[in-house]
Amino acid sequence: MPAIPLSSAPQPAETNPALIRNFSIIAHIDHGKSTLADRMLGITGVVEARNMRAQYLDRMDIERERGITIKSQAVRLPWRTDGSDYILNMIDTPGHVDFTYEVSRSLAACEGALLLVDCAQGIEAQTLANLYLAMENDLTIIPVLNKIDLPAAQPEKFADELARLIGCDPSDCIKVSGKTGDGVEHLLDEIVRRIPAPQGDASAPARALIFDSVYDVYRGVVTYVRVIDGRLRDHDQIQMFSTGVKHEMLEVGVISPEPIPSKGLGVGEVGYLITGVKDVRQSRVGDTVTTATKPAQVALAGYKDPIPMVFSGLYPLDASEYPTLREALEKLQLNDAALVFEPETSAALGFGFRCGFLGLLHMEIVRERLEREASLSLISTAPNVVYHLTLEDGREVEVTNPSEFPDGKIAEVREPIVRATILAPSEFIGSIMELCQGRRGILQGMDYLSEDRVEIRYTLPLGEIVFDFFDNLKSRTRGYASLDYEPIGEAEGDLVKVDILLQGEKVDAFSAVIHREKAYAYGVMMTGKLRELIPRQQFEVPIQAAIGARIIARENIRAIRKDVLAKCYGGDITRKRKLLEKQKEGKKRMKMVGRVEVPQEAFIAALSTSDEGDKAKTKK
Amino acid sequence: MSLSVYVHIPYCVKRCGYCDFNTYTPGELRQGSDSVASVAEGYIDALLDEIEIAREQTGEQAISTIFFGGGTPTLLPAKQLARVLNRLNERFGLTENCEITTEANPDSVDASSLKELREVGFNRISFGVQSVKPHVLAVLDRTHNSNRVGEVVNDARSAGFDSISVDLIYGTPSESVTDFSESLDFALSLPIDHLSAYALIVEEGTKFGAAVRRGEVVMPDDDESAEKYLLLDRKVSTAGFEWYELSNWSKAGHQCRHNEAYWLSADWWGFGAGAHSHLSGKRWWNIKHPKSYIESIKAGGSPAAASETLSQKDQAIEDLMLRIRMRSGIELNRFEKNQLTVLEDFYQRGLFLPDSWKSGRAVLSLEGRLLADQVVREVIS
Ligand SMILES: Nc1nc2c(ncn2[C@@H]2O[C@H](COP(=O)(O)OP(=O)(O)OP(=O)(O)O)[C@@H](O)[C@H]2O)c(=O)[nH]1
Ligand SMILES: C[S@@+](CC[C@H](N)C(=O)[O-])C[C@H]1O[C@@H](n2cnc3c(N)ncnc32)[C@H](O)[C@@H]1O
Ligand code: SF4
Ligand SMILES: [Mg+2]
Repeated sequence: MPAIPLSSAPQPAETNPALIRNFSIIAHIDHGKSTLADRMLGITGVVEARNMRAQYLDRMDIERERGITIKSQAVRLPWRTDGSDYILNMIDTPGHVDFTYEVSRSLAACEGALLLVDCAQGIEAQTLANLYLAMENDLTIIPVLNKIDLPAAQPEKFADELARLIGCDPSDCIKVSGKTGDGVEHLLDEIVRRIPAPQGDASAPARALIFDSVYDVYRGVVTYVRVIDGRLRDHDQIQMFSTGVKHEMLEVGVISPEPIPSKGLGVGEVGYLITGVKDVRQSRVGDTVTTATKPAQVALAGYKDPIPMVFSGLYPLDASEYPTLREALEKLQLNDAALVFEPETSAALGFGFRCGFLGLLHMEIVRERLEREASLSLISTAPNVVYHLTLEDGREVEVTNPSEFPDGKIAEVREPIVRATILAPSEFIGSIMELCQGRRGILQGMDYLSEDRVEIRYTLPLGEIVFDFFDNLKSRTRGYASLDYEPIGEAEGDLVKVDILLQGEKVDAFSAVIHREKAYAYGVMMTGKLRELIPRQQFEVPIQAAIGARIIARENIRAIRKDVLAKCYGGDITRKRKLLEKQKEGKKRMKMVGRVEVPQEAFIAALSTSDEGDKAKTKK
Repeated sequence: MSLSVYVHIPYCVKRCGYCDFNTYTPGELRQGSDSVASVAEGYIDALLDEIEIAREQTGEQAISTIFFGGGTPTLLPAKQLARVLNRLNERFGLTENCEITTEANPDSVDASSLKELREVGFNRISFGVQSVKPHVLAVLDRTHNSNRVGEVVNDARSAGFDSISVDLIYGTPSESVTDFSESLDFALSLPIDHLSAYALIVEEGTKFGAAVRRGEVVMPDDDESAEKYLLLDRKVSTAGFEWYELSNWSKAGHQCRHNEAYWLSADWWGFGAGAHSHLSGKRWWNIKHPKSYIESIKAGGSPAAASETLSQKDQAIEDLMLRIRMRSGIELNRFEKNQLTVLEDFYQRGLFLPDSWKSGRAVLSLEGRLLADQVVREVIS
């Protein structure tokens, strides 16, 4: 039996680095990372069969409901190969493009990566993206073909593709089934054989990289580290490199897969620290932990801060819940360094926050967690990107809220550009190119991964893909295309702000920054939508779309002429009174735009993309 | 103090598609018989028992109006209805000029039954005509054949009714403005003293409501109904009727005093299955199904299903909501300051008649009548 009980396995702080293997499991979304992790937990014996459940490491409700991983999870696994006992530190990572940042943090704690490919699907956009990330980190890559149990599996075909991609021999690909466990023991053995042991100086001053920092109501901040040099011991006084702040270490340990306190952590080991601090900002991801008694002189490389790509205003439906929203955002931010927010005020929606997200899925998840965990009802404005403007007087302005886009005197507008990689069966090339062209894309290149599969590269304005690009791509390719993108900078764009006016009054929540050629279509769409959504009022309400002072589209809501129920008998009286009272309550939930009463549903519906419903379930 | 009485007769030959009244067809009652009269005997007995209950509770009070509604009261023989009238007279006594109305379906009466109804004491009759256009009646899913309407209204006149009323419904899908105009002309050609005209309400749980929800029929634009209302008011006024409630017009002295009692929050007792009652700020309503109603009466219990006591606020809302619909309007000095500001705004927009306004009453103008609910909502918000 290669599984060994934890108690007789090498102990934390006393494990020879030569016996340690640190690796991440990376793949395109849904290719089976978490399921493979399950088998590893089972086969190495750290989770007993009776406690096992599918995607064991996806612990958040939202992860379980959506069936996707959002946060990386590190687990210490004991494993005996070739007669020696080893310690494997496995990190399961998310596959969705919004969480690439999470993957790159995990990779920095590892020497190797398992690049998983679902062998019924083949190589997809995030397979490539994650492979390149691993290569940038100089990791040893083990190609793994997963789901070989599927009838539609084509392991031979994809072994060839994968080998060509990585530059190895097809026979180097390991075939497994995360579902049945087939091949997983062999894979564990290969991890030991192929992935190098961590290198580090055990006698040097301690240096550990913080790769995650999580706030826990019971334990305060739990900091996840990978020790590079030296050793962290229980009750050591530790010091954060960036701030110089010192903390008592109350607990140190490893995750297996529940936290197990230990005497310390040695070179190459992955584990957690608890210091009693309550704010994750004092234990920042990317910072270096050292000891106060013998501090290190040089910090580890750390990470680039994630940059928010998509912005949206979040407003409580009920204005009195603004403080609750603030608290909830602050709490969420403790575990989500990528979330940024600052207060803003909208004439139409009241007090709220402008929030920055990594992408649409991230935005949806944050919103859902706020609503669920703080019982809030929220309105969010349509997602937008960040614009940098040079005004005619030479001033530079950054705009994250379209309603703040200046009305004139602009010399130049720059918008974020991404490099997008689309993988799809070659039969869809035409259709994909048409889509990208329509979104102001510039073709950068195209490669055949195999006879019938292509990789198409475009640069595109991010603003063109945050809306409904992915849904469009999926429907044009019957679901077969995958998309990855990464920011590559900014480019000038012919962009204008379209305002929406109700009865001559600007509704800030509906302002949008749009390419000039699409402004008219947007104006027509939005005024038409609002005409349907806003009930008739006591007076006529013109709805206009305007660029500056120029009206580009208009609709009209006629004044209501009849608002009375004709019949009112004895038995109708109670019913009618209740109806009027209910309508009166409904009025309270109306937002006033000037004198116009706009139902909240109208805001929600007007601000949502038409296919909101299924997007929530869509994966990239 | 006097009392108004409503008597509910919950039977119809067939249920009309738009109707959500508490009414049952013989088929629904599973009596295996087509004759409503045969199922109704026990029902009348129960009504008589409820009269005893009422008398005990209200004490001595003369009855000033009685209204038999339904359902189709005229499906029962006049002598059965007379049992109820007689008992009311015995137990309470009727005021000298007591108004006694029955609703009637034109199909359910003829010259001789109308004569009988008059003889047993009814002095007012209200015919449910709705429309004379066959295609409109078809959408309403209503049986009667409009040819008989003229005949029975004339018969009612001959029988000696003091007041004759006709009910119309407008705004039925497929009804053009001309269609409605024709129904109206026809009604006005009859020897009537009173007219009620209601814009069709889509009631949930009806056959018609389901068809609307499924999109099989499409309700007309409110603007079109508004147009019909304006036409209605113009024609009816020209014919010598005056509005006294926003869906009711009458010749001088022919207002329905029973309905006025409802709208002025007088006391009334509703007898029968599902009937609503109101006595000085308390409302209750009876068990809905006639069988359960009869059973609970037989068991010696109260037939009431539920009740509510109106708070002062509820009463104020009801007063506003009911009185604002009436020609007599509502005194401005009843309102609080901020409510007056709201009303003032509506006045500026021409929703109230200037003369009445200046003498301290809010009385809706023609445009105002069409927006009565809006006015109420704004004032109570
Ligand atoms: N038949 C079969 N299905 C598998 C296998 N591995 C995973 N699956 C299924 O594939 C789906 C996705 O599995 P996950 O393990 O959640 O995939 P993931 O890569 O962790 O997904 P993300 O974390 O969202 O990127 C689930 O429905 C699994 O049951 C396998 O080896 N065989
Ligand atoms: C209590 S009902 C009369 C019942 C009587 N059986 C009849 O149908 O003639 C009184 C009047 O209310 C009106 N009415 C009934 N249902 C209606 C609805 N859904 N919308 C508008 N008016 C309605 C009709 O004009 C009807 O004549
Ligand atoms: S006749 Fe009157 S009460 Fe009877 S079903 Fe028709 S509308 Fe309803
Ligand atoms: Mg996963």
